[in-house]
Amino acid sequence: MDLTRLFSLVPLIVFLPALGLLVNLIFGKKFSETVIGTVASTASGLAFVVSAALGYALWTTGGAAQVVPFAEWIHIGTLNIPWAFRVDTLSVLMMLVVSGVGTLIHIYAIGYMHEDVRFKNDPGRFQRFFVYLNLFIAMMMILVSGDSYLMLFVGWEGVGLCSFLLIGFWYEMDTLGRPSWANSNAAKKAMIANRVGDFGFLMAAFTIFWYFKSLSFDAVFAQAGQVAAVSPNVILFITLFLLIGVTGKSAQLPLFVWLPDAMAGPTPVSALIHAATMVTAGVYLVARSAPLYTLVPVAQQTVALVGGITALFAATIAVGQYDIKKVLAYSTISQLGFMVAAVGMGAFTAGMFHLVTHAFFKALLFLSAGSVILGMERGHHHLPHGEHGEHHEEVFDPGDMRNMGGLRKQMPVTFWVYLAGTLALAGIVPFAGFWSKDEILLDAARNFPVVYWLLTVAAFLTAFYMGRQVWMVFFGKPRHAAAEHAEESPKVITVPLMVLAGLSVLGGALNLPYLNSLSAWLGHTIEAAEREIAVAPWLQVSWGGLNPWVALLSTVLALAAIYFSWLIYGRKPLETGQVDPLKKALGPVFTIFERKYWVDEVYGALVVNRFVDLSRFLADVIDWRFWHDWFHEKVIAGTYQFLSKTVLNLRVDQQFIDAIANGLARLTGWVSSQLRRLQNGFVRSYALAVLFGVVIILGYLLLK
Amino acid sequence: MTGSIPLSYYLALSGILFSMGALGVLVRRNPLIIFMSIELMLNSANLAFVAFARNIQSPAGQLIVLFVMTVAAAEVAVGLALIVIIFRNKHSINVDLMNSLKG
Repeated sequence: MDLTRLFSLVPLIVFLPALGLLVNLIFGKKFSETVIGTVASTASGLAFVVSAALGYALWTTGGAAQVVPFAEWIHIGTLNIPWAFRVDTLSVLMMLVVSGVGTLIHIYAIGYMHEDVRFKNDPGRFQRFFVYLNLFIAMMMILVSGDSYLMLFVGWEGVGLCSFLLIGFWYEMDTLGRPSWANSNAAKKAMIANRVGDFGFLMAAFTIFWYFKSLSFDAVFAQAGQVAAVSPNVILFITLFLLIGVTGKSAQLPLFVWLPDAMAGPTPVSALIHAATMVTAGVYLVARSAPLYTLVPVAQQTVALVGGITALFAATIAVGQYDIKKVLAYSTISQLGFMVAAVGMGAFTAGMFHLVTHAFFKALLFLSAGSVILGMERGHHHLPHGEHGEHHEEVFDPGDMRNMGGLRKQMPVTFWVYLAGTLALAGIVPFAGFWSKDEILLDAARNFPVVYWLLTVAAFLTAFYMGRQVWMVFFGKPRHAAAEHAEESPKVITVPLMVLAGLSVLGGALNLPYLNSLSAWLGHTIEAAEREIAVAPWLQVSWGGLNPWVALLSTVLALAAIYFSWLIYGRKPLETGQVDPLKKALGPVFTIFERKYWVDEVYGALVVNRFVDLSRFLADVIDWRFWHDWFHEKVIAGTYQFLSKTVLNLRVDQQFIDAIANGLARLTGWVSSQLRRLQNGFVRSYALAVLFGVVIILGYLLLK
Repeated sequence: MTGSIPLSYYLALSGILFSMGALGVLVRRNPLIIFMSIELMLNSANLAFVAFARNIQSPAGQLIVLFVMTVAAAEVAVGLALIVIIFRNKHSINVDLMNSLKG
């Protein structure tokens, strides 16, 4: 069979989810919940099959990039942007992650959505959720398979829209199901923060089109060298504006603030969109734009520094959080910082490797956290009403880790998979996270020592806050009656968790030192930019991409962090209502972490409120008083009234228009009074006129 | 004898007759006289037709004369009927009194 013909299947990765979406949209009202979920999961699963087929075809044909034109899209003058699919090792890797992890999350969501305390048996909601999920898969596929910056942007905006729709999925309530606009506000926050980033993306795209006369990747990268030689600042401008887009979508400093609030969405959404796939689009964008970034070291350093600082910053906040999902949210920001730092340093393979493994273990952690929350809710539901009568008024938060404890006995499956995810995230050998994080750290150590130390501290904190979470959630004694009665989740939830746990354990095999299979795979697309940098002697030791010292240091730090977390949270478990022991040790520093450096408050004071003030000023003073009261009422209406009253009415209407009409009438009257004399009634004068007429006509005819 | 009188003589006579008829129509007030003048004009035209017909040896001109005479008869019949009606209404047939269309 001619394998190259497989490439023409690529539009299916978008159209299969779109088909699933349409089926659920049109017929979903008649389907049961299981059927809706099955349709959506099948659509996503088939997209995974197609992606796998593409990957196989690419592998057998040697990994050369394929561009599959699909339809003409924009064709104005010299601007010609078709809708073309790009199948290369990088995009296929992303397709596999998106559809693979996406399918598992679809299946999980069938079980999860029904049990969500906010669900309240509304069949329309269930249908809508899976329509949105399939739309997200389709949009993400457009993003990763687009052959031009504009097509990528279509997907970029599409996933942004899905993110907005799904964060605000329970739009009329807050995270605990109480009537409130909190979830809507979180969705709006995500939308607005991303608009700032999209502004950067668009500026970059405009600049690219202005200087390269094209937006397709091949054309742009082919000319990048020439343009850089003539005007290097252009490339710097483009890459830095792209970085703004990355900070928006991938939740980096300073635009990360929307991601923690995005946890208002249903947990499968947090796992799929806000951990595994959409937020990594920024990392993908930098990796895709590698030929541009490698031309400007300043931009690379900026990207790496932003990633490194974000990784540490978010990791410190995660230490001080109590909500199980908030910890994971800040952890996601921190891990995205690792990836951004990696692709910024030119370690594109390491960044993409971490993207893949992170998709596995972070999706696993979020989904397990969802399972924990469901278990807590079940426990809370089973409580007899008298037993917690005194607590009845206060709202029970199933996501608060201070309510949990000892859950490993009630929820053994969830505990074990959570543990796998935790060890992978903490970077313990041989879990997936160790290999990818170690590769990033090694690249950082070689290229960018500042970022290396930032990331190392962040990695230490990562292991610490994950250890804290596990001790608080699964060990010790239940701190709330609900935790005591918590129940394990059904198979539809636990089976996807086990699959993801397997991937989290084994995912490192993708790019083991010595084998470097992922590097070789991505090498077809991204030619690694080798930069000549004086490397310290201790770093020159290398076992096929694994440096013993870097690996040892990160492992020792991770183990130490877990030990510390055991000292603080495991040895003497938290009691009900007890203040976090770390708060006593760290004092105000912990408060800073707990309150997230007051970033939201600072943004509120500096940006949001100033913006609201400006809007009020514009609305009241400029729009209402100036434009409405003065300009419209006084200037325009007044001028109009003056004109109509005096000029138009008196001068023009009465003295000009009327004069013409009256003059015409008078003229007609005068002419007719003159002509009336001809009609004198004497037959003979008429006969004379006839005679003259005949004489004149005959005379003319004869004499002409 | 036919060839002896040239065509111009006929035409001159026709012209004189026509002018007399036209003058009669213009200056006389009695409708009967006006009708007679009109007949004079018609017949002057007939004379010209016949003269031309003779000149070019064609019966067409003579044919038209027959039509003209028929039309003239019809015209006089209508005209006389009108005059009778006018006389009944106005007790006069002076054409200058018939000026009710005066503007």
